[in-house]
Amino acid sequence: MALRTLITRKSPISTHLGFRGLQTFSLPDLPYDYGALEPAISGEIMQLHHQKHHQAYITNYNKALEQLDSAISKGDASTVVKLQSAIKFNGGGHVNHSIFWKNLAPVPEGGGEPPKASLGSAIDNHFGSLEALIQKMNAEGAALQGSGWVWLAVDKELKRLVVETTANQDPLVTKGPSLVPVIGIDVWEHAYYLQYKNVRPDYLKNIWKVINWKYAGEVYDKECP
Amino acid sequence: MASTQGFSLSALSSNENVAVKIELKPPPYPLDALEPHMSRKTLEFHWGKHHRSYVDNLNKQIVGTELHGKTLEAIIVDTYNKGDLHPSFNNAAQVWNHDFFWESMKPGGGGVPNGELLELIKRDFGSFEEFEKEFKTAAATQFGSGWAWLVYKAQDNKLLVIKTPNAVNPLVLDYYPLLTVDVWEHAYYLDFQNRRPDYLSVFMENLVSWEAVSSRLQLAKKAQAAQN
Repeated sequence: MALRTLITRKSPISTHLGFRGLQTFSLPDLPYDYGALEPAISGEIMQLHHQKHHQAYITNYNKALEQLDSAISKGDASTVVKLQSAIKFNGGGHVNHSIFWKNLAPVPEGGGEPPKASLGSAIDNHFGSLEALIQKMNAEGAALQGSGWVWLAVDKELKRLVVETTANQDPLVTKGPSLVPVIGIDVWEHAYYLQYKNVRPDYLKNIWKVINWKYAGEVYDKECP
Repeated sequence: MASTQGFSLSALSSNENVAVKIELKPPPYPLDALEPHMSRKTLEFHWGKHHRSYVDNLNKQIVGTELHGKTLEAIIVDTYNKGDLHPSFNNAAQVWNHDFFWESMKPGGGGVPNGELLELIKRDFGSFEEFEKEFKTAAATQFGSGWAWLVYKAQDNKLLVIKTPNAVNPLVLDYYPLLTVDVWEHAYYLDFQNRRPDYLSVFMENLVSWEAVSSRLQLAKKAQAAQN
């Protein structure tokens, strides 16, 4: 499983990077085939989303990291600061999508199976029921203007579940430093448009059929043992 | 500060709507007229669903409020609220933005402008090619949803390229809008999927209505002169 997220050492073509070397990133493999989430999410979308969109975030993140590395070495403070938005956009895109692929699972592998044990009871305690949580996340996801994500998060300090949204590729921590993503749902149009067109609410209704609650439970248990 | 509100804005946009309801205006050409550069299917969804929803949802939001009965431009400026966005801003601005977008295109469009517009582009960007590069770069690098614009900045008597996020438009930034391209993913995803740069090239080469841009520039200069 560790090999799924490939981190490669960049080959030392540019010797100005010095002895430190720069850790760049590669596209992680999906733990399932592109078509395995159908009919909830089409294989066409999964392939584009993974091979084009996620790959582009990684490519641009690596580029920004190289530029950052160079600017840091030169002590070029204004370039370092200027690069922060490219790093947030593209690094955030890589982080968020890496989480997203793990939040999904084919039905035969448990996709859509409701949460059990501690996460299941926490959801009932905080939201009343799983249906109520889903309704809340769908409402907030549908209402999000432009591009962004809707999250089920656990506040690791307060040991509490919350629903949050973030704009563009802002990572969840921009809404609170102690927030850990449990489930993230991409509501950028590229995540659903070819299949659901403008009807984002239908995408949100259907994605729950392939949500990987088992993985979500593992994340939750780690923060709230 | 030069104001672009009121009369001048109404003169710029063809939505002189002071009626009770904001209307969904059709594009000034049939939905298949921009084929093969922008598909009929895209127009059916983009105009028929997205644009229509903005209109319907805006009307629902403003009924019974003080915004009801105001012009679309007035609603946009009011709900922008100097950046502290009122909930209806997104719908109001997106209605206007899409009207402006359809009118920025025409069948058999694209190419290079002429006359005073071309002279000003050369003056303010160096050449048409440099303008096109700057416009396409702005559109390609607007992260997430948004728009790229050619605008006229009256205070400096200058043409500029700007990009805006989500529904923000030049009306609230005190510029006269002249040309726009929609870079929300729904604008190009059916025809180009992730390939936004290809969409932008096709837009520039085949779709831009330079006549519309020129007449907007004339209106803007007239409106600005009327204020001075």
